[in-house]
Amino acid sequence: MDLRLLTAEPTDAERAAIDAIVGEAQPGDGRVERSDRNRRHLLLPALRAAQRRVGWVSEGALGYASRRLDVPPADAYGVASFYALLALEEQPADVLHVCTDLACALAGAEVPPGAKASPCLGLCERAPASLRTIAGESPVEVQLPETGPPLPQAGERGLRLLRRIADGLDPTSLDDYRARGGYAALARARELGPEGVRQAVSESGLLGRGGAAFPTGTKWDAVARQPAQPHYLVCNADESEPGTFKDRVLMESDPFALVEAMTIAAYATGCTQGFVYVRAEYPLAHERLGNAIAQARAAGLLEGFGVELRIGAGAYVCGEETALFQSIEGYRGEPRNKPPFPVEVGLFGKPTVVNNVETLVNVPEILTGDVRETRLFCVSGNVARPGLYELELGTPLRALLDLAGAEPPKAVLLGGAAGSFLRPDQLDLPLSFDGARDAGVTLGSGVVLVFGQDADLTAAVLRIAEFFRDESCGQCVPCRVGTVRQEEALHRLASGATLGNERETLADLAQVMRDASICGLGQTAASAVQSAMINLEVLAP
Amino acid sequence: MTAVSVSAPRRVVELTVDGAPVRVTEGSTILDACKRARIETPTLCYGDTLTPVNVCRVCVVEVEGARTLVPSCSRKVEDGMVVHTDSERVRTSRRLVLELLSSSVDLSLADDAQRYAAEYDAHPERFGPDAATVAQDVKIDNDLYVRDYSKCILCYRCVEACGVDHQNTFAIHVAGRGFGAHISTELDVPLPDSACVYCGNCIAVCPTGALMFKSEYDLRQAGTWDESRQSEVRTVCPYCGVGCNLELHVQDGEIVKVTSPDDHDVTRGNLCIKGRFGFQHVQNR
Repeated sequence: MDLRLLTAEPTDAERAAIDAIVGEAQPGDGRVERSDRNRRHLLLPALRAAQRRVGWVSEGALGYASRRLDVPPADAYGVASFYALLALEEQPADVLHVCTDLACALAGAEVPPGAKASPCLGLCERAPASLRTIAGESPVEVQLPETGPPLPQAGERGLRLLRRIADGLDPTSLDDYRARGGYAALARARELGPEGVRQAVSESGLLGRGGAAFPTGTKWDAVARQPAQPHYLVCNADESEPGTFKDRVLMESDPFALVEAMTIAAYATGCTQGFVYVRAEYPLAHERLGNAIAQARAAGLLEGFGVELRIGAGAYVCGEETALFQSIEGYRGEPRNKPPFPVEVGLFGKPTVVNNVETLVNVPEILTGDVRETRLFCVSGNVARPGLYELELGTPLRALLDLAGAEPPKAVLLGGAAGSFLRPDQLDLPLSFDGARDAGVTLGSGVVLVFGQDADLTAAVLRIAEFFRDESCGQCVPCRVGTVRQEEALHRLASGATLGNERETLADLAQVMRDASICGLGQTAASAVQSAMINLEVLAP
Repeated sequence: MTAVSVSAPRRVVELTVDGAPVRVTEGSTILDACKRARIETPTLCYGDTLTPVNVCRVCVVEVEGARTLVPSCSRKVEDGMVVHTDSERVRTSRRLVLELLSSSVDLSLADDAQRYAAEYDAHPERFGPDAATVAQDVKIDNDLYVRDYSKCILCYRCVEACGVDHQNTFAIHVAGRGFGAHISTELDVPLPDSACVYCGNCIAVCPTGALMFKSEYDLRQAGTWDESRQSEVRTVCPYCGVGCNLELHVQDGEIVKVTSPDDHDVTRGNLCIKGRFGFQHVQNR
């Protein structure tokens, strides 16, 4: 069956931008060439290129991208309309996205006329923050303010993951990275062999830092054992949990470490191809990581490992590993049902290692003998010294708050919007996986967002509910409708116009979302809200 | 000719469903096992002829050792699995799913959903009179069928039928996100401007009446649609040699709708535009 195609033609500029991604069209009367099939994974890069060139995805651009990649137009439209940063209506070339999420709201963020409100931009240490995108022949994307406060632990000795950053590494220079011990771990990995690397990682007890805390060694072993080929390595750098910015700092300030870590991971698990999927809101990370990959390749340090940078388009849910695969493959970022798990059926249906940035950069440290267990914490909100902190696991939360110069808090949000609120009397919590689990909370992505005495917790809870409603992919009923009902009930409580059953309704919604949603987004969409109501009596009727 | 299976015989898996042992072949789903055990499981997005998408979550069951409930329609059985289909946890989630759907979608023509809602004691009114809904105008842009997305539960069945499961036309897809997700042609263009070939296979799989023959829609609008006055006539489509079976739904001597049985070898419930809609000549008197 021939596809019916959109009739609108792209402008020359749009055509050139899309061709730069998918290659020049071969002469042939507009027919889809055989070589153009199975390249659907270029759909999102192509749409993004068109938007960066002219400011939006026009009918002509959508039609041309779908024609070149053999994707039905209705399907391509479904993809384009999924991502918040792709505009399907004409908009000015110059757009300001102003973060109105938790940390920026505490810092008094306001959306000026003509600007767009945005969910967390991952710039919480320099709140209030925004992202400016200017489309054109040389598109510009810039995070504002352009620089944040210095690393709070700059100059300190004994840091592990942040060591080079604290020492003032030049993030654009491979030579500088090597001068500071870079690529010693890869050499060590070659000595150990793939199995030896996996064994070292298993023995270190490294747990995933993306939020789920799954043992990394177990995951790697499972993929290495799979007979199906090829194996893929995916680095999840779609860090979008409100309050989280650790992976951004790592990618911006020590990008070679991630490239080296990925090379080691690929070697250990038999992956020949890898992807780093970075959220769209991190332009400096795109640049630095792109540069690091290019330099490593030129220096022969990738040794045949094909690693590619992929950029999202505004969807929190794509941080869910299977949604991320869908997004790389050129589909809507709708999470898949598990099982099967990615170690068996992952990217392009093949065995896939998927690890978060912070998890991966632990690996070179482990191989070079530093097996201390440290963890990164993203501290923001009402503190004197916001920023990224590295602490040994088990450090009490209160010590971190003292380091950061926190006001005596009214509450602390631990783990992000999918985490939970803590009361002032719970601040002696040890920051370890066990400590958190025993207290019934989660370290999640390492968010420590401090709400001072004057902070409006009701507004924060309403914002979290709004966030999940906006970011639900819409696939399953518990999350698609549940996040809406949750927000409605909270607004009724906040306004006082209640039905009288809100507490029970919210508890029921929390249960069905946690128990019956497809993915972690829905499963945690009520967690912070419930903790605020139960723990802090916010909006308690 | 009868198809002969040449694959190796499949292993039998034994699991426990609601306390009773059930044996099914490897690769079966929990839903298959429930059917074998004669346990009725509510389903909305599941279709016999479609790849399960497990999005409605009304078929969830509790599997011992699993952190969350699991969708029975797509979860494969494993040896020794212990499944509970009627625990408090299961009933609560099923009830909530039905309340969420009933409070946001017009289920007046969704017989199964209504029956389940009563069975699970769903109270959609608990969300109050201002609960957001997907109410919108009916889309009538052609003479053959109408689309009333106020009745759409977003089960993805029509998308699957239009896509690789049946028709390979790809005229519609899910667009938008979250509560705003909806079934759409490219850029929401009317059907005549889309890739639609009017096979009507989407209507055949729609569980809620969101997709409907124009003839049925008109009679319903006029208040004269009456299934008690209808008969079903089974026949073979006269247009080509494939041999599709047709079920002509006849009211007062007029064909008002055409379907094909899901379990029919040739059609699996599917037809083309001629078989589905080309019946007017029969009624030229």
